Amino acid sequence: MNPILEFLTRKRGRKKLNFSDILSYTYLMLGVLIMFGPVLWLIMSSFKSSIEIARFPPRFFPYRQQTVVVEGYEEPLQLFEVTFEDGSTRELAQVRRVGIEAQMVDPQNPDEIISVNINQREPVESIYFGLENYITGVSTFNFGRFLWNSVIVTVAATLLTLLVNSMAAFGLAKYKFPGRQTIFLTMIATLMVPLSVVMVPIFLVITRVGWNNNLLGIIVPVAATPTGVFLLRQYMLTIPNELMDSARIDGASEWRIYAQIILPLAKPALAVLAIFSVMWRWNDFLWPLIVLSRSEYFTLQVGLAAFQGEHMVQWNLTLAMTVLTLLPITIVFAILQRHITTGIATTGLK
Amino acid sequence: MKSEKSTGSYSTFAGSMGHSFISIFDFFLTPLQKLIGIKGIPYMFVLPNLLIFGIFILYPMLLNFVYAFTGGAAFFPDQRSFVGFRNFERIFDCQNIMMPNTCREDLFWRAVHNTIVYVIAQVILMVLIALITALVLNRNIKWRGFFRSVYFYPCLLSPIVVGLIWQWILMDSGLLNGILTSLGFARQPFLVRANWARFWVILVSVWSQMGFFMLILLAGLQSIPNDLYEAASIDGATNWKAFIGITLPLLMPTMTVVIVLALIRAVQVFEIIYAFTGGGPGTATLYLVQFIYNYGFASPNRQFGVAAAASLLMAGVLIVLTLAQLAARREEAY
Repeated sequence: MNPILEFLTRKRGRKKLNFSDILSYTYLMLGVLIMFGPVLWLIMSSFKSSIEIARFPPRFFPYRQQTVVVEGYEEPLQLFEVTFEDGSTRELAQVRRVGIEAQMVDPQNPDEIISVNINQREPVESIYFGLENYITGVSTFNFGRFLWNSVIVTVAATLLTLLVNSMAAFGLAKYKFPGRQTIFLTMIATLMVPLSVVMVPIFLVITRVGWNNNLLGIIVPVAATPTGVFLLRQYMLTIPNELMDSARIDGASEWRIYAQIILPLAKPALAVLAIFSVMWRWNDFLWPLIVLSRSEYFTLQVGLAAFQGEHMVQWNLTLAMTVLTLLPITIVFAILQRHITTGIATTGLK
Repeated sequence: MKSEKSTGSYSTFAGSMGHSFISIFDFFLTPLQKLIGIKGIPYMFVLPNLLIFGIFILYPMLLNFVYAFTGGAAFFPDQRSFVGFRNFERIFDCQNIMMPNTCREDLFWRAVHNTIVYVIAQVILMVLIALITALVLNRNIKWRGFFRSVYFYPCLLSPIVVGLIWQWILMDSGLLNGILTSLGFARQPFLVRANWARFWVILVSVWSQMGFFMLILLAGLQSIPNDLYEAASIDGATNWKAFIGITLPLLMPTMTVVIVLALIRAVQVFEIIYAFTGGGPGTATLYLVQFIYNYGFASPNRQFGVAAAASLLMAGVLIVLTLAQLAARREEAY
């Protein structure tokens, strides 16, 4: 057998690749194409000029026509490849176009004007990742402001969630008190009802509290997640009570027991909840859309939705802003992917 | 001793910061503990969460009943008048609920029909693809972590980003029509024709959620002990027999959880569709939550009562589904 082929088809355990392995890898690679292809297409498109973006059928890479600076002309001239009647081709720069005639010059010899039929010329193009869309987009899409709001909301809501959820979970897991079961069961019961179906009354409450157009209105109401309390409580139940008793004998207050014994031991569960909270809050869309109506308070997601509404036809700008919006969470995911995927696999929630 | 050891992993700076933070709190909270006594302590811990929960989740849920049984266009409950079951009667004011045209609230019934079709098709397709992918990844695969991450990646994207990416691909002069044209086919009106839009809404939501369910199923598969398969192969069982006899029955509890979770999420579908098709064309992809949103927030003459009544009906369905999930989880635990 061909040693190269043998090497290529070798796999762990030195068995050779069989038919079902090939089928598996084909399936997986196709899956990668489908799952990541759309995002790659978005990224490629975001670098295209408005001319290239309107081109149909579209091309994968962002092409752009080359230009040259020719002596005697102020503006850079567009470069074309011209095919002459005798079959020879030359690269010429276009000076101006008159009807179906284009007046062109050789960049090396700028004095002589050559008249060419426009059907005889093809633009000279090269792949070019231009940042114009990003620069123009950011002038109306207040990326810095929206990013800042999103970061504030995500960080504040996550910290608040971790604090109040862990306190409640500690109380529910480590003490026996009248009303404990009622509180726990009520929280679990509300897990069943999505917030989206009680939007109107929640909006009423927010209005009464005066948190419309206030970041607090999207930080605080979502912080008391029943999911988080449930997750942390189940974890804290597994921490032995003897640790608390010995600390009490040493004179520690209950607060100290919570903050210095239970919290450090519950770190794995807290980490999972932190990851979820960041994902939830970063991607929140419906809720901020209802609460925020002034653009200075927009989060990235709401800002992007508003931007698309204003720039319906300028897809090149919208796509560039979409890339900016998905960039932060993508970077975080790239760094923490292993923790995130195993965290979800073990707790089974999102 | 124990606490010293467990805080030792922090950096010194963060550690001392944390310590002084705890001490400051302790300074105030130790007298408080003396004041309210050890019996009151658990309430102190539960209180912050309970306050937020009570004000922003529980109270609105109760308010929803008030809205459902009152009428009028007023937003504040005290300006609304009690109408009994009239909002519900209005929803069920139908000659034939199978034909939305014959209903007074035809949009509600259209949304119900659309949601039922969407839920069935989306859940079956997604669970099937998630299962196949998990089974493939459970084989002796190189770069499993890479594939797992790539498949999960769309789950991280926000609804608006997902909606924009797919609008861009499916628009009339988009990538997919470009590929079709260069292969010699005609362009398709993907987002203009009702049935095409329904089809793509299902596919896009599968694309954006499949990775999550795949992860849960993969974890379920990996918890099946390997020696079961070894024993089966010693007994001469084929791969197929091992799959039917071992994998499927042992994966069943996880499957039940996945199916019910997927059902609950499918019934609640809104944000992705709002950003992707906006419910259109016409009412082709109008689903229940969007109906409630439109009636409560978006339409010029808001009908809070009807929206609240519809949301109560929907909550009923969700509670049944969640109870089924809890039962399934209990089964899984034993």
